[in-house]
Amino acid sequence: MTKKTVIEKIWENHVVSREEGKPDLLYIDLHLVHEVTSPQAFEGLRMNGRRVRRPDLTYATMDHNVPTINRHIVNDPISKTQMETLKQNCREFGIELADIDHPDQGIVHVIGPQLGLTQPGKTIVCGDSHTSTHGAFGALAFGIGTSEVEHVLATQTIWQKKPKTLQIKVNGKLGFGVQAKDIILAIIAKFGVNAGTGYVMEFTGEAIRSLSMEERMTICNMSIEAGARAGLVSPDVTTVEYLRGRRYAPQGEEFEKAAKTWLALASDEGAEYDKTLEIDTAEIEPQMTWGTNPSMGSGISGVVPSPDNFEREADKESVRHALEYMGLESGTKLTEIPVDYVFIGSCTNSRLSDLRAAAEVAKGRKVQDHVTAIVVPGSQTVKQQAEAEGLDQIFINAGFEWRESGCSMCLAMNDDIVPPGKRCASTSNRNFEGRQGSGARTHLVSPSMAAAAAVMGRFTDVRELAGVNQ
Amino acid sequence: MEPINQFTGTVCPINRANIDTDQIIPKQFLKRIERQGFGQFVFYNWRFDDDGNKREDFILNDPQFADSEILVAGENFGCGSSREHAPWALLDYGFRVIIAPSYADIFYNNSVKNGILAVKLTDEEVETLLQKSSTPGFKLHINLEEQSVSDDSGFKAHFDIDPYWKKMLLNGWDEISVTLTAEDRIRQFEERVYGKQYS
Repeated sequence: MTKKTVIEKIWENHVVSREEGKPDLLYIDLHLVHEVTSPQAFEGLRMNGRRVRRPDLTYATMDHNVPTINRHIVNDPISKTQMETLKQNCREFGIELADIDHPDQGIVHVIGPQLGLTQPGKTIVCGDSHTSTHGAFGALAFGIGTSEVEHVLATQTIWQKKPKTLQIKVNGKLGFGVQAKDIILAIIAKFGVNAGTGYVMEFTGEAIRSLSMEERMTICNMSIEAGARAGLVSPDVTTVEYLRGRRYAPQGEEFEKAAKTWLALASDEGAEYDKTLEIDTAEIEPQMTWGTNPSMGSGISGVVPSPDNFEREADKESVRHALEYMGLESGTKLTEIPVDYVFIGSCTNSRLSDLRAAAEVAKGRKVQDHVTAIVVPGSQTVKQQAEAEGLDQIFINAGFEWRESGCSMCLAMNDDIVPPGKRCASTSNRNFEGRQGSGARTHLVSPSMAAAAAVMGRFTDVRELAGVNQ
Repeated sequence: MEPINQFTGTVCPINRANIDTDQIIPKQFLKRIERQGFGQFVFYNWRFDDDGNKREDFILNDPQFADSEILVAGENFGCGSSREHAPWALLDYGFRVIIAPSYADIFYNNSVKNGILAVKLTDEEVETLLQKSSTPGFKLHINLEEQSVSDDSGFKAHFDIDPYWKKMLLNGWDEISVTLTAEDRIRQFEERVYGKQYS
């Protein structure tokens, strides 16, 4: 029997139609919907008199626009309209919705896994590029545009050209103070923002196997920042145990049956990939970005580079431009860069383990006076769990603001905005120009590095803070 | 969507790599619930300063380039967010064709589905066009059927495109209608995998 990767196995299980000269028509098992990329799709259905083919495989929430302070006061009337529109659309087309008042509300890529909707072997789409997050479960999950959202709503299928496969092998054990976020930032810094274009990535190797599900989600979440629409990890016992007992996962005997099927999806020993890239954990220290795309970063012991360090003229130009935007001088030590804002949250790093890691650093320390620091849990459930453990009190005592769940300052579509020229240590996934606010300067870091920056008032190697044991 | 085959237009160069969709259309403009009207916001933060004044150093603010219909840019164009507002904004502004060495996957799909032809040329060809188009009024002729890009002074390049996308663009097809002609296959799949009929 030919040896197959998990990617090929899931693909083959979902081909509805295959014809010469055409992409494959793939069936979609789970379609997640949010307020920003769906209104035009529903409008398209209405205009053509079409219905939603499988409302039972569609699940909606609101996350991008929602306020994180007073949830019932949406200051921006256009945001409010967008949220209201989703409500009406879900009612009209019979789609389950975790709206702003619902106990399951949260960032779409946090609640899918939490509810057990995300399962190994599924094809999962959402009108959001960070849908790759769900790949952590050994699902084929990717972001789509609004025309594709409409197409999936109407047909439950999508036309896709079979992607090439890219193995990213992470060898060795994680060093002290190094988190999942550091692994993925190091991968992107090493291989670049388009290393994965045209590929689906599978993360393999000893370091990946030892990660929890939440850590795997952080890694798969940022596959898109390396250009890959989807990134995944083969299912294993960690995957199965995470899903046991979750609301939308199979229950009882059905679960044991499903678990067997899931485990069999893992890539076969010796399966071939179109390309393999490797990285050793020995080269990974806590990371931080200095530029305006996620590959412009390095270990915290580094310095802001000079455009002259780069060979290609286009790269020199990009770096020059980035340093100007970021207000940084070549040669400055990363640990000498001050911060004004700290954001702990987003679909990359807003889960319970992320908040625990940040709280461990924050405990007994104080956010510097000139720093505004906010913690935004990924979902209402994460918020409650964190409060049950007293994490909220640790943050509040240290001078952090403790907020309600949503996408928040990751893309600043609600009121959580970094002002022009201000510098933010952010656990999110994109440091693009203007992402966190017009003129805002974003540095991507892990949750514990973000907390360290808050209490020190500048970027800091978290390993140098006393009493940090992770 | 509107079919496209032969197209001639003036060219605007933006010589940057990794132009992300946050630059093409910043998030504060994603709140509209229509597909139209995004053109006024395209490259907003590059076109306007914090007070809403035009930035004179940005090429689209130069009246000689403001009405361009073809955009030439660096590699990995359209990376980042999946927002289809990016191609909507480009199209609404008046860009029907983009030329770059490479595109982010989701952006490429979104463009095709809105009738924008995203042409992939080699680094050297794009470099040549970036230089030529820095002269205002430079025109290119695109022929999708022939898969060629040419100018009036001897430049000619061939580009590759997936035959399926080519057909979609040439015909301006609505993809959902095409898919629904294969509905019996969707039904068969559902019966086999989900054990039920859904239509």
